Amino acid sequence: MGDWQFFVLLLSNGVLIGLMYSLIALGFVLVYKATDALNFAQGEFVMTAGFVVVAFLGVYRAPLWLSIAVGLLAMIAFGFGLERVMLRKLIGRPIIAVVMATIGLAAVLRGVGPLAWGADTKPLPLPIADAPIVWGPLFIPPIQLLGAGVSLIFLAAFGWFFLKSRKGIAMRAVADSQQVAMSMGINVERYFALAWAMTGVVSALGGIIWGSLLGVDVFLSLVGLKVFPVVILGGLDSIPGAILGGLIVGVVENVAAGYIDPYVGGGTKDFAPYVLMILALMFRPYGIFGKKIIERV
Amino acid sequence: MIHRECGVLKTTYEADMALYPLPIARWTVAAIAILFFVVLPLSVHEYYLSIVNLISIAVVGALGLNILVGYTGQISIGHGAFMSVGAYTAANFAVRLGFPFWLSLPLGGLMAAAVGAVVGIPSLRIKGLYLAIATLAGQLIIEWTINHVTWISGGVQASIEVPRPRLFGFQIAAQREMYFFLLFFVVLAIVGTMNLVRSRIGRAFIAIRDHDIAAEIIGINIFRYKLLAFAISSFYAGVTGVLYTYYLGIANYEQFQIVTSIDYLAMIIIGGLGSVLGSIFGAIFVTLLPILIRSTMEAFGGLVFSSAAVLNIIPNLRLILFGVLIIFFLVVEPDGLNRLWRNIRNYFRVWPFAY
Repeated sequence: MGDWQFFVLLLSNGVLIGLMYSLIALGFVLVYKATDALNFAQGEFVMTAGFVVVAFLGVYRAPLWLSIAVGLLAMIAFGFGLERVMLRKLIGRPIIAVVMATIGLAAVLRGVGPLAWGADTKPLPLPIADAPIVWGPLFIPPIQLLGAGVSLIFLAAFGWFFLKSRKGIAMRAVADSQQVAMSMGINVERYFALAWAMTGVVSALGGIIWGSLLGVDVFLSLVGLKVFPVVILGGLDSIPGAILGGLIVGVVENVAAGYIDPYVGGGTKDFAPYVLMILALMFRPYGIFGKKIIERV
Repeated sequence: MIHRECGVLKTTYEADMALYPLPIARWTVAAIAILFFVVLPLSVHEYYLSIVNLISIAVVGALGLNILVGYTGQISIGHGAFMSVGAYTAANFAVRLGFPFWLSLPLGGLMAAAVGAVVGIPSLRIKGLYLAIATLAGQLIIEWTINHVTWISGGVQASIEVPRPRLFGFQIAAQREMYFFLLFFVVLAIVGTMNLVRSRIGRAFIAIRDHDIAAEIIGINIFRYKLLAFAISSFYAGVTGVLYTYYLGIANYEQFQIVTSIDYLAMIIIGGLGSVLGSIFGAIFVTLLPILIRSTMEAFGGLVFSSAAVLNIIPNLRLILFGVLIIFFLVVEPDGLNRLWRNIRNYFRVWPFAY
């Protein structure tokens, strides 16, 4: 295999994986955009969704469509409930309180899934072919193609939602200034709940796709750690940023892994994105498309 | 603490800022000292002493993190990594150059302080959630570096065996000897923190936490003090890592992963942000929680579940309770156990004459 072919292969894999990162990052961005809360439990959301789907599929022998539907509904309900029980009480509190609360939530979710359905890795088979599509130098697993496709559809859908729909505009108003939004007759708390429910939907999709790629166990939640470089690079409150950040992270980690891994003995994938993120934080902390609301001290 | 203040009139600022605000507190401190230096080590079984030792190590780390998060208002999710920096520095000095612990311990702390200050540099430009993410990146990068650079981590499974600490030719190995060894550093850390937070530096930290712009206007060099907070806090973390290494006899990065950072954050939140006593309460609580769950489940879990299920339940129940407690304290009692303790104390202060 030639040099450029190797590079193209890494690039194509990076793009597909990157789009799948974007999907998870989208959940993070939705919540941050609407409620100014930083969700450190995004990876655990994805994992929990995966657990629910797998549990219905494997333990209760439900058909796939039903399991996916249950997963989506469960995550929506979970998003609503979470906002009600936990996050509404933390409105107006310092940012560290919200961060720590979601970290606590992450711990709870990491315990609940394995406690309820066992800690072993469970497969989540989707009815698509396993054999990779070979097309010239490209070598594409269908699941990644599906993941990238779903990501693009949902990114486009949410992009439209925020730009055009009445609810989306209201949500942007809430994000911009809660006080002004409230005085214009927008029910702020309802939109907070809606944002968390939307995150639930995105996480459920992420859980199904990532779960079928990696298998469902506690380590699925580690995908959530990749969300941070994605959103920092793209901008915390930007949907196009989530796409671009995802693509950059996906490509960088794949290319870096392809060229550096042989020298350091693996693990570059878990390293390169964070170096990139530190650089971004140093030079452009609001990201590529983010709002410049960094307060300097 | 347990006594009542009565007839104490302070006439100077020095008296008001004193570590012992009341004359009788000297006796309380003396009583506590006797309890911890004589009664506890001589009366308690080795196993319980080993738990006390783990708590001692956690107290040092929690105090350090509280200086940064509780007093200066900067968040760090990278303290586990700073501990590993201290641990590996000390282990390398001890093994390669044969340094005694009283030399490798401060060296480990200083190295952690240097690394912590570097990770804290972004705090100049960013704050709040961005800083949280930056320190998280610091944690992951340091973890990866230690795990992959064999020159630091010593090759086999990234762990280095460390000789037992020696003092005047006397080897500290048993739990009871270790207890006194650790107690010395705990006392040092507690007194050091209490003195730090009432000094000029500590007041600068608190000013930055309360309002950074106002602090800058009254002449506090924010960048320098933020970095200083990171450095001091990481020094504590480094020392914690070194103590842990000497306690276990091995430096291993698995002890200092992101979970550790979160454990320590949980300690100061459950214990109480911005209080020395709270750090101690939090360290005790978070260290005891898994031990209590384990022993309860081992004793009674078999009655309800099968033994395989119990093995699955113990770690997961720990995670769930741990997370629920963090959320509970954040939502219901943001000042933590320290506030509960103060409430109880205030109630009994005038008891039984409430009015």
